[in-house]
Amino acid sequence: MSEDQTETHPDDLPEVQVLPLDAWHRTKGGRMVDFAGYQMPIQYEGIVAEHDWTRSHASLFDVSHMGQLSLEGEGAAEALETLLPGDITGLKPGRMRYSLMLDENGGVLDDLIVTNVGQHLGLVVNGAVKWDDIAHLREHLPDEITLTHHAEQALLALQGPEAAAVLETIIPGVGELVFMTAGGFDWNGTSVWVSRAGYTGEDGFEISVPADKAEALANALVADSRVKPAGLGARDSLRLEAGLPLYGHDLDTDIDPVSADLLFALTKKRRETGGWMGHESVARVLAQGPSVKRIGLVLDGRLPAREGALVFAGDTQVGKVTSGGFSPTLGHPVAMAYVAISHAAIGTPLQLEVRGKRLDARVAPMPFVPQNYYRGPTSISGDPK
Amino acid sequence: MSRYFTDEHEWIEVEGDTATIGITDYAQSQLGDIVFVEVPAAGTQVTKGADAAVVESVKAASDVYAPIAGTVLEGNPALEEDPALVNTAPETDGWFFKLKVADASELEGLMDEAAYKAFVEGL
Repeated sequence: MSEDQTETHPDDLPEVQVLPLDAWHRTKGGRMVDFAGYQMPIQYEGIVAEHDWTRSHASLFDVSHMGQLSLEGEGAAEALETLLPGDITGLKPGRMRYSLMLDENGGVLDDLIVTNVGQHLGLVVNGAVKWDDIAHLREHLPDEITLTHHAEQALLALQGPEAAAVLETIIPGVGELVFMTAGGFDWNGTSVWVSRAGYTGEDGFEISVPADKAEALANALVADSRVKPAGLGARDSLRLEAGLPLYGHDLDTDIDPVSADLLFALTKKRRETGGWMGHESVARVLAQGPSVKRIGLVLDGRLPAREGALVFAGDTQVGKVTSGGFSPTLGHPVAMAYVAISHAAIGTPLQLEVRGKRLDARVAPMPFVPQNYYRGPTSISGDPK
Repeated sequence: MSRYFTDEHEWIEVEGDTATIGITDYAQSQLGDIVFVEVPAAGTQVTKGADAAVVESVKAASDVYAPIAGTVLEGNPALEEDPALVNTAPETDGWFFKLKVADASELEGLMDEAAYKAFVEGL
């Protein structure tokens, strides 16, 4: 992977770049850290306050570090299907799908969102691996397919139960979108692309906007008293509560989609027909069953177990924590871990080792906090639980 | 009774041969929301500069060092129930542990309040 990076990461870019909203974050009191090659705000007023605000109102997250790509040309969907296990040719205009880019061994190169934008396919990939993704796509897609990296676009996420009411006042019409659909809209003469999606477990939107208009849009959003800016810290605790894996932590090239419990990303008919990179390996895991599985853990007490903590059943190590922290919504620690399939059943008691101490935990269903997506006017929003 | 400060953002208040140790307001503001504090048990021997306690914020775990050597008299029992005391009252009720001072000369070289204030302003 590092070889690809040196080949494709433009040499003239500084090691740590700044995002279009860099100055805006600093003005708003954002504490900046290096993340995915960018200076990004980890928090403004505090992680728990921002977390709770997102669950009850609406928060503005800058996710401009993510790669916004497009594929255009005759047969783009068919070509992309050779690299993903999802149904892309059947994706209707304005529809989005979560998918996984896999290597030859079925390992996860990245998780991403694919949208049928009409003229082309839109891809949103993780910031930390976007240069590798671009290299991989360029290497394996036919030359007739044009791959464009929209580095000139910023990406703002507005997340929370009041996101739709707020955004409708700024970009009329967005309220018509339902979860995992998208469309082009006009915002004061600027074309923006709005997706009803996100990574917090809440209803919300991601807005792709030209970088030179990002500050004006951010200001318009936080001018509404229901919106506050939120940083990477809250984004991480929110996605963990929502049971959503984070690439580079809960997913990497040593993990296959079956062990990651992301079967929904493998479109049923394509599981059998194959024709995508990694199919042979993944089909074998599907047939034999995975030896490990990504599971959720709920901990007793207040001490969090973080990434790297070992998981024990009695004296036997049966797994490792890949994400963990204190859940502000639940008031106790939660974690994601990979454990041996024999210890993956809901309710299984396990112990986590933190600084030589064993913490009691049990396998719990994810999401830890019910997801609250908007699926349309006739459905009841939120998890039926 | 006098209060000293370290460049690791601990405070230490000495009364006779007993010292009370905590983290400064600046430290808690950097750590953010604190969810768990692990304090040393009574009887633990600590040496100057060694790990003595751990504070877990929503973000990460951080070590707290013993500013001087000594024998732990008690950890703050209130932090078990209410670790957020470290955020709300870091330099009073949110103390971490008390020590029986082994060697008072180790206090030499620590900062006083004015020096620490200048140190933080320079960060």
